Amino acid sequence: MDHLDELENQSIFILREAYKNFKNLAMLWSIGKDSTILVWLARKAFFGHCPIPLVHIDTTYKIPAMIEYRDHYAKKWGLNLVVGKNQKALDEGMNHEKGRIVCCEALKTQGLQCIMDEHGYTGLILGIRRDEEGTRAKERYFSPRDKNFEWNFKDQPPELWDQYKTTFADDTHIRIHPILHWTELNVWEYILREKIPIIDLYFATPEGKRYRSLGCAPCTGTIDSNAKNVEEIVEELKHATTTSERSGRAQDQENTYAMQKLRARGYM
Amino acid sequence: MSNNGNNLDLSSRLMRLVIVGHVDHGKSTLVGRLLSDTGSLSDGKLEFVKDICEQQGKTFEFAFLLDALQEEQEQGITIDTSQIFFDTPKRKYVIIDAPGHKEFLKNMVTGAADAEAALLLIDAKEGVQEQSRRHGYILKLLGLTQVAVVINKMDLVGYDEEVYSKIKTEYSKFLESLGVEAREFIPVSAKLGVNIAELKDEMPWYKGPTVLNMLDQFEKKPRPDHLPFRFPVQDVYKFDERRIIAGRVESGKLKVGDRVIFSPSSKQAVVKSIEAWSVPKQPNAATSSESIGFTLDEQIFVERGDVCTLMDELPIVSTTFDANVFWMGKRNLEKGRKFTIKLNTQEVECEVHEFKKAIDASTLETLSNQDHIAKNDVAELTLKTRSPVAFDLFGSIASTGRFVLVDEYDVCGGGIITTYNPTTKEDKLRDEVRTRDFNWIKSDIKPEERAYRNGHRAALILITGEPGSGKGPLARTLEHNLFQNNFQSFLLDRRNVNLGVSADLSNSTVEDESARRLGEVAKLFLDAGHVVISTSNAFHKEDQDDLRLLANPYQVIEIQVASQPTGEPDITLSLDEAQDAKAASTKIQDFLKEKKILMGHNYSI
Repeated sequence: MDHLDELENQSIFILREAYKNFKNLAMLWSIGKDSTILVWLARKAFFGHCPIPLVHIDTTYKIPAMIEYRDHYAKKWGLNLVVGKNQKALDEGMNHEKGRIVCCEALKTQGLQCIMDEHGYTGLILGIRRDEEGTRAKERYFSPRDKNFEWNFKDQPPELWDQYKTTFADDTHIRIHPILHWTELNVWEYILREKIPIIDLYFATPEGKRYRSLGCAPCTGTIDSNAKNVEEIVEELKHATTTSERSGRAQDQENTYAMQKLRARGYM
Repeated sequence: MSNNGNNLDLSSRLMRLVIVGHVDHGKSTLVGRLLSDTGSLSDGKLEFVKDICEQQGKTFEFAFLLDALQEEQEQGITIDTSQIFFDTPKRKYVIIDAPGHKEFLKNMVTGAADAEAALLLIDAKEGVQEQSRRHGYILKLLGLTQVAVVINKMDLVGYDEEVYSKIKTEYSKFLESLGVEAREFIPVSAKLGVNIAELKDEMPWYKGPTVLNMLDQFEKKPRPDHLPFRFPVQDVYKFDERRIIAGRVESGKLKVGDRVIFSPSSKQAVVKSIEAWSVPKQPNAATSSESIGFTLDEQIFVERGDVCTLMDELPIVSTTFDANVFWMGKRNLEKGRKFTIKLNTQEVECEVHEFKKAIDASTLETLSNQDHIAKNDVAELTLKTRSPVAFDLFGSIASTGRFVLVDEYDVCGGGIITTYNPTTKEDKLRDEVRTRDFNWIKSDIKPEERAYRNGHRAALILITGEPGSGKGPLARTLEHNLFQNNFQSFLLDRRNVNLGVSADLSNSTVEDESARRLGEVAKLFLDAGHVVISTSNAFHKEDQDDLRLLANPYQVIEIQVASQPTGEPDITLSLDEAQDAKAASTKIQDFLKEKKILMGHNYSI
């Protein structure tokens, strides 16, 4: 059993705990590499099936290729896709020029809240990882959110011996993070091993640019890279960089505790 | 956070390490220093944190690299556990920085519970403090005994060897009382980088390893493949034509073709296949820490919570056991209140049966005559569960010998099972029955084959109720009606058993033994495939529980004749109904058909 097997087995265990313990469960699929391996892991956990609906929050500012990819694989893999939007905010003209944090909260956090209210989900599976940034390093696998969606990071439940928080009060929900313990390199090594089809925005253009993290077009930048395929990305990550994975994500750099503020109020 | 630890071989495995100790003894500073000295910080991270310090008019501290939350930076204490990746030339690490403030013990436990090694920090100037001891104790309770002690802030005591030796002697003694031996005591200054990545000149009297060298010497825990096979069932899936039993192998190995047994139900079957999706080759075996799924050769009823093992390596099944428990709840752990125990995938209501010893974990002093423990304390106690659970002693198989306690919605305590002494009558009988079942020589004719021939499954029908309520005539009518319908019915009268098999027992004093013998005789008829009918005036609750235990895995159906039913009978008949034995017998037969006990002849099963 190598380190990827270890990671995979732990994630499958968590997905199965989530599936057993939550009647109304959904999985967030942002089309990025992390949530796409979650879909893959679910199919492993449930022997070729994905019995959990996939929620995609469409801000309408996503890079167009992402929507094409989403619809193609949703059909091919027989996924139950639920698309959510904060139509009210969009109608009122919300965009990143009103402030990146304001925009993220309206289109992503509140977009998510709308669809959660509509479907009554009590468990939400997300592909966040501890190595992404500081507040995520402090997350739990099963992380409660109150009725206002808020994360009380000062009073998190203990988590030991794979016993997770699966009982909770009405009006609250649990965020479940099956790949919390993976690193960016692990994700790419796994994509390589499993031959998971991944959106090609991650691969370098002939001009030597690639996306390292995917989000909305106006707030997501590329990095300089010549990595044209998964193997080359793995090599690039192994040997080079100490630049943060989310360096291309403008909202993180907005101010000192931007991520903490966003996440405390329900951001992914 | 930092995108580090990437330049290593694919095959290298991660070492999980936790850093614990009293508040302000320098844990976050040590981790920050380790990140910095191993070049594991992402570009701009150091500058970013320095900028924040400047904005807030504070001097830079390495701890800020870890304390990501605004509150942590402002208050200067770590609130929650952080997990950070870094590497040395030898291997990759995830380093867990656990808070040292007493208030955040649950976060410390969260960090330490899945670590493989620990560094425990002690401030040279302050010496051994409350959390130094409490954390030591908790590490031991979590089964984490690969520990090195780091004596920090040596710069504040002039790098004095005497200070070092004094702390070393004092804390060694404490650890010794727990049965733990520290691998090393390393004198350092995390702030100034002394003896962290390299041995500096400040303390020529110290000849041991640096902190980094020490980390590289810690050993990976071998996976428990050599232990007995344990597989707590997580779920049963039926997404397609396969009925897959899903779960994780906690220890040992499983092969296709193995005969397995599920506890506490004692149901058995043979593993037909191990299922997997998108793998190069379908597996025919599985070992510990693998999340797998398998199918069985027979459709036996299995559910979440059952523990699957091999036939000759059984877990203990009981409702009582002794445990060491640490408590993190806001409300006390006390007698008379109900909690939920989560033991692997089993989830059962439980309560404290007896407090043997309540302990102040910061001093190891016994809190005498106390039948509760408060937050942050520890106890040796006996737990009693509402229904039987399957487990092992922590010392034999760690992962099936530990549990958490849930109070209302929250995990409030953790514990390890230390000993098991069957004390109650029920526990003793269950042990006997299990020993009997495992040594039983089984017929080559399967119960299903007998059921097919007979047109019914074997079952025990107990007719209970007050004396004179008409149970006897009803039982005789039922036996006769079933017989007329070509079923194998047999009325087992307790008086006959007492006259023969139990003739050596004198009356009143040996009720239990008489019930046991009745149960064992019934079991033989059940094995032969019969519908066994029995009545008694003396069937009180305990007797019935014994009979159910003895008859397992066959179904026991209770028919109660009473105006006010007690317990949970399958069918209740009023006294009037029971008088019309024929109608009552028809009603019982309809119920048996509904329960698929009576299936009719040539019925395919």
